[in-house]
Amino acid sequence: MSQKNMTFEASMQRLEQIVRTMERGEAELEESLKLFQEGTELIRSCGNMLENAKLQVSKITVDTNGAPVEEEFPHEL
Amino acid sequence: MLQFWHIDWVINNMEQQIISISQINDYIRSRMDADPLLSQIAVRGEISNYKMYPSGHHYFTLKDEDASLKCVMFKGNAVRLRFRPENGMKVIALGRITVYPRDGAFQLYCASMSPDGIGDLHVAFEQLKAKLATQGLFNQEHKKPIPRFPQIIALITSSAGAAVHDMLRILNKRYPLTKVLLLPVRVQGVEAPLEIASAIQFANRHNLADVLIVGRGGGSIEDLWAFNDERVAYAIYHSQIPIISAVGHEPDVTISDYVADLRAATPSNAAELVVPDQSTLLQSMDGALSAMISALQRQIQNNTQRLQVLSGSSVMQNPAFFYETKEKVLTILTGRLLSAQQKCLNHAEQQYIALVAKLDAMSPLKVMARGYSITEDSSGKLLRSIYDVQIGDEITVSLQDGTITASVINQKENGL
Repeated sequence: MSQKNMTFEASMQRLEQIVRTMERGEAELEESLKLFQEGTELIRSCGNMLENAKLQVSKITVDTNGAPVEEEFPHEL
Repeated sequence: MLQFWHIDWVINNMEQQIISISQINDYIRSRMDADPLLSQIAVRGEISNYKMYPSGHHYFTLKDEDASLKCVMFKGNAVRLRFRPENGMKVIALGRITVYPRDGAFQLYCASMSPDGIGDLHVAFEQLKAKLATQGLFNQEHKKPIPRFPQIIALITSSAGAAVHDMLRILNKRYPLTKVLLLPVRVQGVEAPLEIASAIQFANRHNLADVLIVGRGGGSIEDLWAFNDERVAYAIYHSQIPIISAVGHEPDVTISDYVADLRAATPSNAAELVVPDQSTLLQSMDGALSAMISALQRQIQNNTQRLQVLSGSSVMQNPAFFYETKEKVLTILTGRLLSAQQKCLNHAEQQYIALVAKLDAMSPLKVMARGYSITEDSSGKLLRSIYDVQIGDEITVSLQDGTITASVINQKENGL
């Protein structure tokens, strides 16, 4: 999965996995360097995700078929 | 207080008039009903022998250490009880006292009743809590974990109160990556419990969110009462989506708090519990970065050390020793190689001799020995046709033993 499409959760989990692998010190040096690069890219993309995010808010109403409908909910953040 | 005229009345009439039981009971009743104190009285006592009849009427006895009082509460009043009276419970019963003529006994006709010392809602709360605890609704094994990074959070609360805006503000500050769906419900009044329970079921039926926050801001115990309703408790219990209960202020504890997967002290607190804080996340990313850097440094250091250890080994210290043994092997191998090569060469030589013999047989010299010659023009070009030369051209004819230089006198096709 390319990092751009990864959810924040998946990115954080991958980052934790990378740190664990590197801390065990079992990987070859070359592999560790690759992991390090992947890790720093994950940190950058997670940081960007947080920085650019704005809370999405909707109100749910029920249509005539009993299905949920999303409506705008006026709010200030 | 003994009133003498009563006694007089009884003595005076004893001989003169004999009356029936009904009459005397009616008389006593009318006397008691005339007493304003008995028509509106509050009695404190402990309930015993409590019976609910199918008719809906409740019968019980109130007692203290020395005395007891029969009581009845008719259906119309009993349905308004906000708690379930139980034997041994200390209560204050309000009503009137009069005679029940059939039994010739006076009793308290109870209009309302409340627990003594604590409120009736409190008792109702304890009773429902005990009931649901027995049914296992609060058991730890039913508690679902709250997802660490929820992508969709549904808020089941009033769209009007401050609570919802507090939650949105905190959610945006802490973790703006999430999406929030508001399922507006009434959070107080008689319709509230059903609306809250239905919203929980609706969210589950349409799998609307990763986690639900069910709650409201602070208020009186009556205001919060919807969250002590059995229907809400069962809806929370049956939810497949994890639920955080967030009702009132810190000290308020409701039944929904006990059933929910997680209790938040307030709605704001729920918003804090449901998502990670981005400042913490950024910190942990920093932590991850330094952990990676130090892991990498450690690894490089380890590799350097390993290199030093290796260069300190006997091979590196005394390379001649390493080569000496290798050299012996090399000598043996070289000997073998040479002899193999020799064999190979011998074989090749024989083949070469045979080949040369074959070539010799095909040599033009041998052909010329049989009487053939080779004719070339003055530039040494081999003649293959009479038209390769013109009359008067000088040509060279090679024979077995030498060459003749001649000139072309005539050209004649052989008609082939």
